[in-house]
Amino acid sequence: MDSEQAGGWRAGIRAGVPLGLAAGALAVTFGAYATLAGWPPAATILMSALVFSGSAQFAFITAVSGGAGLVTGIGAGALMNLRFVPMAAAAARSLHGGRFRRAVEGQAVVDGSWVLAQRPDGTTDREMMMGATLVQWPAWVLGTAVGALLVPSADLLYRFGLDVVFPSFFLLLLLEALRSRPDHRWVALVAAGLASAAVLIVPVGVALLLSAAASLIVLRRRPNSAMG
Amino acid sequence: MNTVIVVGIVALALINFAFKASGPALLGDREPSERAQDVVASLSPALLAGLVVVEIAGPHWSEVDWTRIVGLVVAAVAYRRGLPDLICIALAVVVTAGLRLLVP
Repeated sequence: MDSEQAGGWRAGIRAGVPLGLAAGALAVTFGAYATLAGWPPAATILMSALVFSGSAQFAFITAVSGGAGLVTGIGAGALMNLRFVPMAAAAARSLHGGRFRRAVEGQAVVDGSWVLAQRPDGTTDREMMMGATLVQWPAWVLGTAVGALLVPSADLLYRFGLDVVFPSFFLLLLLEALRSRPDHRWVALVAAGLASAAVLIVPVGVALLLSAAASLIVLRRRPNSAMG
Repeated sequence: MNTVIVVGIVALALINFAFKASGPALLGDREPSERAQDVVASLSPALLAGLVVVEIAGPHWSEVDWTRIVGLVVAAVAYRRGLPDLICIALAVVVTAGLRLLVP
């Protein structure tokens, strides 16, 4: 826990830079994807500014441009983001103010920031989470604009290896999380197994939600026998 | 199409807001039980492992790409050597792009 004290706004903004770069790169692909699917660039940029969630945005456009109806598209996007309910709930007691302010502060929950801000004792470093998100939002919107207006080919992004940015970032965060809590390696392994199997049958967002169910295995252990 | 776009954007924005607002607004600063905290603390490794797998696999395991996997291994090794995150990611990108250039 001692090494985790150095958090806060500055640390969050600093830690948010690689996240912002990754988000920006992914946003470029999203913007290009939306334009190619026939979306006006203004609408795509507006979507990124308001929804601010890559997985949900990709899911919605994929569903709708694939011929699914509006409700199916919204359902697909919502399912992608259902994971934010437990994540934001976990951060709840670390946020400040009354109900309304907490609800607004909860908007800072996005995958990378939330993970960065987790302390080993289960509390959340509020400033760290918000700082990291403050970097990612403009990067996400700007990247979307670049992608939607310039429409770089998917081939170009592939050739520059930009598709490796997000997975490597998540991998590094995972290694970091496991370093502070080695007992969680089983959770990670079960989650990886669940995701591997689920992705064969269900959409990616649902597979992610299922992988989170691996957390429930900690209930089978006694808290004190955990460190091993 | 335009109505679909506008309604879709507004609906997803509201749903997203509600998802992230629900816990903080309803739970307040009630202290969760020890077991709940345990589950919460293990949520991030679980989701991260899921994210890595899903990013490697893609829908129905259709997006597996060995150059990307090599890039990920490079990032992990660099991390183990104590290099900063940004350098690890940059190395992964360079190696992945390099492999794609060299091995068409």
